[in-house]
Amino acid sequence: MNLDFDLAAEQPKLVQLLLGVVAFCAVVAVLLLALDRAPMRQRARLHAAILLAPALILLAIGLVVPAARTTLLSFMSGDGTAWVGLDNYVWMFTQPEAVTVLRTTLIWVALVPVLVTAVGLLYAVLVDRTRFESLAKSLVFLPMAISFVGAGIIWKFVYAYRPEESDQIGLLNQIVVAFGGTPRQWLLEPPLNTLFLIAVMVWIQAGFATVVLSAAIKGIPAEIVEAARLDGASPVQMFFRVTLPSIRSAVLVVLVTQSIGTLKLFDIVRTMTGGQFDTSVIANEMYNQAFRYGETGKGAALAVFLFVLVTPIVVYQIRQRREAVR
Amino acid sequence: MASIVLNSVDKIYAGGVKAVNGLNLEIRDGEFMVLVGPSGCGKSTALRMIAGLEDISGGEILIGEKVVNHLPPKDRDIAMVFQNYALYPHMTVEENLAFGLKLRKMPKAEISKRVGEAARMLGLEQYLKRKPAALSGGQRQRVAMGRAIVREPQAFLMDEPLSNLDAKLRVSMRASLNTMHERLGVTTVYVTHDQVEAMTLGDRVCVLRDGLLQQVDTPQNLFDNPVNLFVAGFMGSPSMNFVNAELVRGDGGAAVAFAGYKLPVPDATFAEKPGLDQFIGRQVILGIRPSDFEDSVAANGHAGGWVRLPVRAEVTEELGSEINVLFLIDAPPVQHQDTVAAADTGDDEDATLPLVGDKSLWTARVNSRSHVRPGQNIELVVDTHNLHFFDPTSGLSIGHAGARV
Repeated sequence: MNLDFDLAAEQPKLVQLLLGVVAFCAVVAVLLLALDRAPMRQRARLHAAILLAPALILLAIGLVVPAARTTLLSFMSGDGTAWVGLDNYVWMFTQPEAVTVLRTTLIWVALVPVLVTAVGLLYAVLVDRTRFESLAKSLVFLPMAISFVGAGIIWKFVYAYRPEESDQIGLLNQIVVAFGGTPRQWLLEPPLNTLFLIAVMVWIQAGFATVVLSAAIKGIPAEIVEAARLDGASPVQMFFRVTLPSIRSAVLVVLVTQSIGTLKLFDIVRTMTGGQFDTSVIANEMYNQAFRYGETGKGAALAVFLFVLVTPIVVYQIRQRREAVR
Repeated sequence: MASIVLNSVDKIYAGGVKAVNGLNLEIRDGEFMVLVGPSGCGKSTALRMIAGLEDISGGEILIGEKVVNHLPPKDRDIAMVFQNYALYPHMTVEENLAFGLKLRKMPKAEISKRVGEAARMLGLEQYLKRKPAALSGGQRQRVAMGRAIVREPQAFLMDEPLSNLDAKLRVSMRASLNTMHERLGVTTVYVTHDQVEAMTLGDRVCVLRDGLLQQVDTPQNLFDNPVNLFVAGFMGSPSMNFVNAELVRGDGGAAVAFAGYKLPVPDATFAEKPGLDQFIGRQVILGIRPSDFEDSVAANGHAGGWVRLPVRAEVTEELGSEINVLFLIDAPPVQHQDTVAAADTGDDEDATLPLVGDKSLWTARVNSRSHVRPGQNIELVVDTHNLHFFDPTSGLSIGHAGARV
């Protein structure tokens, strides 16, 4: 590959770029000039319209149109040629393989946010004001830096299985064998395999929860803690009646972000099991149906359903944030 | 209710800083004791050690004749009021008040009775269902008080509880604190850096400096008979005026000479201050309270025997009923470590004038009938019965009972 940068060869591109910038400026200038002539009363409204237009157009192309098209597709047959009404949705809620996907997703959403928050909170409380706090927090935060795919591959090795006669290369099976047990195919046995996948998600996200909750705990004024001590609170009472209520909003933030993230989860399942053995979740199934099996309609229906699930959580989060700002 | 006794209590922080140094203090049953001193003097640390929020490095603390050194805060039967109120933000006023009682498993009926009583006493009844965020500073402060009251503890500990309030509210809260203490009669330890608060609230006041006890006495005694330069400079506003002077005995009796002035020292003063006569012919530090001055015109007729002191008013601060007259005297400011320490933390309202040519700035508090204006010459009279004399080497008050030790 030729890494030399030949400026002369790039000249046409640069000229184009320059032209683009000039054209952009010209358009903006014309618009602003035109705006200046507009009657005073409408000027503010026009101003807003012009400034918002680019963002709105991008939003429309990237979000609104696909959303509308997906919704339409969800009412059509697999190849997108015929209207099938609610068939895809009926399939989703009645056919065993689809219902299994919904059930697995439900397990994920029920467990991950709670586990992540619980582990993060426990960790944050335990390391709070200890000597090695920052080190401990960095360590637990490290997995956040790994992509879900990377983490999936790492953990696939942890759960790896070899026939009994050969050496176990998976950490978990090695431990089992060391204690005299027989190695198992962890990722092949429902419903436990879903729990093993969930463990990966918790491993990644616990650091995030720890950092957020730890900051919130540090934000509790020392006097309030002291006042509670004088009021006679035991450590357990202190945690449940003073600490936890004081960091309620941070806990909610963690719960909400984790719920959304879990609903949309795809990578871990895709990398580790490919959605087989009853581990598939909505996002993975959507991908499978739409892009692997050519069932665009079913994939779209799953996508719409996922959107419907996420929306209330997002609305709730925005409301909370607005309240917090106020 | 109980007495609180501190027996040579030390507090040494990691790094060797000695915040409290051999503090001996007895707070009597039902007494209102104020700990006062500049910031960093160890008064808050002392209070927090009584509360159990800080470990005690040495010595003993007794509450109600029981050594509490190793008791956790909740078992010391004390209640504390914090500077920033430390209310639980997620609880209503009612829950805030009841929290300590609930944790102690008190019967519901008793809790609501006590909360009701405290709320009535503090005028908080209509706010019981509100959260602290919906209260004003004064109301929050009252809730913090209420939380201490409902516990009916052996002692109240208060750490600068009024310093987050505005000036006017502070004065009225001071009054209600006084009434509250009169009514409940609970032993109270009160920490403040504000000497006015200390004077107005305390049955007795304990002045601390750098972790060392300076003097414990009634407010009036602290004001009239400060044990050393530090206490003299710290208590009273505006601060006491100091000057290096010489004690002489002339034909007309003893006198103290400074900056070209000569004030006669009455014989009564020598009788009151044993040992003062030994300083005749030697240097002393003379202290005069601003309130011991008066305008000779305004004081006409009242101050027959007082000495006249002609000065030029540089600055006047009119306070309505009185005027603070700031004037320069022709002597270098006293640079004793004690006066410097006290002045460091003195009232910020003190005007500072650039001092040129070895002059020091004095303050006289005169009656507002004086009508003196800046730049005018004024003749002050001094009540020579209230002169204070300090040993220039030790800084101790000459002839003070506590200073001779």
